Amino acid sequence: MMLAIAAREFKTLFLSPMAWTILAILQFILAFLFLSQVETFTMLQPKLAAIEGAPGLTDVVVTPLFGNAAIILLLVTPLLTMRLICEERRNKTLSLLLSAPVSNSDIIIGKYLGTLGLLLLMILLTALMPLSLLAGGELDFGKLFANMLALLLLVSAFVATGLFVSCLAGHPTVAALGTFGLLMVLWILDWTTGIEDQRSELFEYLSLLTHFQNIQTGLISSVDIIYFLLFISTFILLSIRRLDNDRLQK
Amino acid sequence: MTTLIEAEHLHRYYGKHCAVHDVSFTLSKGEVLGFLGPNGAGKTTTMQMLCGNLAPSAGQIKINGYDLLDQPKSAKLSLGYLPDTPPLYRELSVQEFLQYCAQLHGIPRNSIASAINKAKERCGLHDVADRLITNLSKGFQQRVGIAQAILHNPEVIILDEPTVGLDPIQIREIRALIRELGQDHGIILSTHILNEVQESCSHVQIIHQGQLILNETIAGLKQQMNTGIVRVTTRHIPNAAVLLTLPGVASIDKVSEHQIKIHHSMTDNTVERIAEAIIASGWGLQELTPIKQSMEDIFITLTQEPKQVDL
Repeated sequence: MMLAIAAREFKTLFLSPMAWTILAILQFILAFLFLSQVETFTMLQPKLAAIEGAPGLTDVVVTPLFGNAAIILLLVTPLLTMRLICEERRNKTLSLLLSAPVSNSDIIIGKYLGTLGLLLLMILLTALMPLSLLAGGELDFGKLFANMLALLLLVSAFVATGLFVSCLAGHPTVAALGTFGLLMVLWILDWTTGIEDQRSELFEYLSLLTHFQNIQTGLISSVDIIYFLLFISTFILLSIRRLDNDRLQK
Repeated sequence: MTTLIEAEHLHRYYGKHCAVHDVSFTLSKGEVLGFLGPNGAGKTTTMQMLCGNLAPSAGQIKINGYDLLDQPKSAKLSLGYLPDTPPLYRELSVQEFLQYCAQLHGIPRNSIASAINKAKERCGLHDVADRLITNLSKGFQQRVGIAQAILHNPEVIILDEPTVGLDPIQIREIRALIRELGQDHGIILSTHILNEVQESCSHVQIIHQGQLILNETIAGLKQQMNTGIVRVTTRHIPNAAVLLTLPGVASIDKVSEHQIKIHHSMTDNTVERIAEAIIASGWGLQELTPIKQSMEDIFITLTQEPKQVDL
């Protein structure tokens, strides 16, 4: 049941030009950034060769590429998640799901997985670019994997947030703006940590960016993984609660 | 006879406003229950509660023996629901949409195709199966909505105003379909078209201001239908207040200066008394025509405050 909803959601994304457009634009921008990063590397290569323990190809190309992908996906995810529950409610199609023998958690998780499917596709497409470097060089696969994992966890968190805001909002545009705002705040929350005497450990912990960058360096620690899992499950639970609340509306 | 729906003391509040107040009823297999009421009477709210789209503020609903609150999945398995706006994904084709509905309702994979074919046949959708729902006319969209509700052959079918937006021929087809389905299912349909209830239902319930004011079989209803309407035309302007004091007169509608419609009871020779009163008052009786009795009379006598002039 849950998978049927996920499959439907995933296919529906491809019925409109939305998914195709986003995939195309994302691929174009990232390819451009990838090429400029490779260019930088070829310029730096002679200097790097002289330094002991200098950053390698993976550090110079892959890490910035995934970092940029994260920022672009921060902009893109709200557009993908805005319709999820909001539009069902507006088109009155939600009652089809509510009167079918599926639970609210099936609906929410199904929709979540369906959207995540598209983002997973984007991450795989992004990963293809550094893999093409294998033709003429060597990659640190551990680090590439860490980057993919970091991006996957990050977009999973994005989608969970977007899904929740879509449950709340009355209009898709509002949902998109709300998601974007919320994610942006969580993204920049640790900017205050730059100033030495105003350090806030709480803000540093809450910030998505810190945890994302930690995993990106190749240091996969349980603290960061748990942070993302907690983040995702919190927003999914809130979404289910919110959908339950629809039935109890005053 | 198996009881398919048991609703007990349903209440529903929106804030302080009480939309449904103490509604209880049962539905058995082979019954077609017509839900009748003016706009805002609580028909849709009641149906949404029966389908689990809305939680009742108080009361209990059992569908096919399963409590809707405790075992929602089992209860909803035997439920087909068409809301007042058909829930259609417009970007899908009819075939894709029905496929999705079949999966949602847990129809086994190997019988999905036959279930879809049967539903398409029953609702006359074979010719439009590959068209996008968004390109269909309103009547066809309504039919897709009905197909979705009967697809998984549920024991209980709940249709909220199923014939809205259909042309007369389609209305006749849908009513025939409802009668056919009614033989081995339990059906609830809501409408404010009165002869629809007379034509396709076996039972009727009238709901007004959130309260159930009538719960009868169609046969019992006809017996109870003891009100009639007469159209009265007079030369002078009649005094409605005088006529209202007559025993048996329920209400009076003013048609024009010289013409009124009197709703009266069918017993105790009320019409005779009306005629006598008019002649005695010297208003110059020109016409006194009984208007064909319909469910409208019942509706009016039940839902209007007694002795009220609509001037």
